[in-house]
Amino acid sequence: MISIFPSLFSGAVITLQLLVSSMFFGLIIGLIFAILRINKNPIIHKFAYGYSYFFRGTPLLVQLYLIYYGLANIEFLRNSFFWVIIKEPYWCAIIAFSLNTGAYTSEILRSAFQTIKKGYIEAAQSLGVTKKITFYRIQLPIAIKQSLPAYGNEIILMLKGTSLASVITIMDLMGEARKVNVLTFKPFEAFITAGIIYLFITFIIHNIIKYLEKKYGFQT
Amino acid sequence: MELLSFGDTGWGDELFFATLMTIAVSIAAMAIGFMFALIFTPLKLSKNKTLNVIGNCYTTIIRGVPELLVIYLLFFGGTGAAMYVASIFGYDGYIEINAFITGALAIGIISGAYSTEVFRGAILSIDKGQFEASKVLGIKKYIQFYKIILPQMLRLSIPNLSNVWQITLKDTSLISVTGLVEIMRQSYIAAGSTRDPLFFYSVAAVLYLMLTFLSMKLINKLETKYSKGY
Repeated sequence: MISIFPSLFSGAVITLQLLVSSMFFGLIIGLIFAILRINKNPIIHKFAYGYSYFFRGTPLLVQLYLIYYGLANIEFLRNSFFWVIIKEPYWCAIIAFSLNTGAYTSEILRSAFQTIKKGYIEAAQSLGVTKKITFYRIQLPIAIKQSLPAYGNEIILMLKGTSLASVITIMDLMGEARKVNVLTFKPFEAFITAGIIYLFITFIIHNIIKYLEKKYGFQT
Repeated sequence: MELLSFGDTGWGDELFFATLMTIAVSIAAMAIGFMFALIFTPLKLSKNKTLNVIGNCYTTIIRGVPELLVIYLLFFGGTGAAMYVASIFGYDGYIEINAFITGALAIGIISGAYSTEVFRGAILSIDKGQFEASKVLGIKKYIQFYKIILPQMLRLSIPNLSNVWQITLKDTSLISVTGLVEIMRQSYIAAGSTRDPLFFYSVAAVLYLMLTFLSMKLINKLETKYSKGY
């Protein structure tokens, strides 16, 4: 029983790495697409909507397979410099997770942008604040603060999502649990221990978000 | 397009039946989830501390661990558990539990946790007067629940249940790891034998998009139908 802990912990480290890097890239993608979504140009708007519709409407597993198996099928990509990246399952997983969480994040931020009270923007306008500064100093901070609870949920969903990395041969927490199961034929020990570690990580994320909400939360 | 033709040469019919399988698993999982939700919602709302803790444990644990973990636990653990139970009764052979049943059960347990939260929210948002009025009229507790609370609760929870349905539909793709031939597994097989993963996973993505799109339309219709008069 105790002998399975070191391997599970090394898996948990990989899981956290995947989570942190995909949340980082996902936040950038989400922010860009949220800004595109509130753009008035119909083509840009439709493009951003299509992106979020595709990534929210299909299972993460399909996206992961499309990127890991599918992209390798394109001759042009295989001969280009991108091959260095997409031949590694680790990077494929990060790309898929980032794009997926980016879609959800853009949706969260968009709804936060739209629920900002008009009065704030009007007040800024009447004070002669330029549009750019209104956006960076007023709209963006309020939107980020407002979307904290929803974003916390998204982080937890993504933590669960990273377990899919195990199906493309990455030895994350789930992958290590599977290995332990195969080696020892003890499914309950392996998976329940992994489950407890996942729950522990979820618990920590939940509390960090709760703390941030208390400190920076914004009520309109 | 040739690859998608029906019959022996193409994968059209296989993918079609795989889509039906995905729909079947999703509906079965949703139904199982409802049953779990109907058991655990009263527990979460109950005033008894112990029952409350049980209800909260269910939703917290299931929503806190990866879906894949629940599936693996049931798939690998379920076989062992079934064989252990059978060995008590003197049967020592290998038992393999049907992938459909384990899959639907696993996804059902997960969607049940989400449905529980939805139902709980819906019951909490029902006007207190409804409970009080039925109490005043001397209606028994379980008749009150079935005839007064349940119908209102279902109506209130349609919008959120549509989210749960979407999650359930997408989660069924994970059952493919246990070998049940649904959209994801069929695309995997097709991609393997034709060496064209890009095409077949794109087809799978389109199929899932179609399913989510159509079910959204259907649920929106239901919602307008049942919110008539409100």
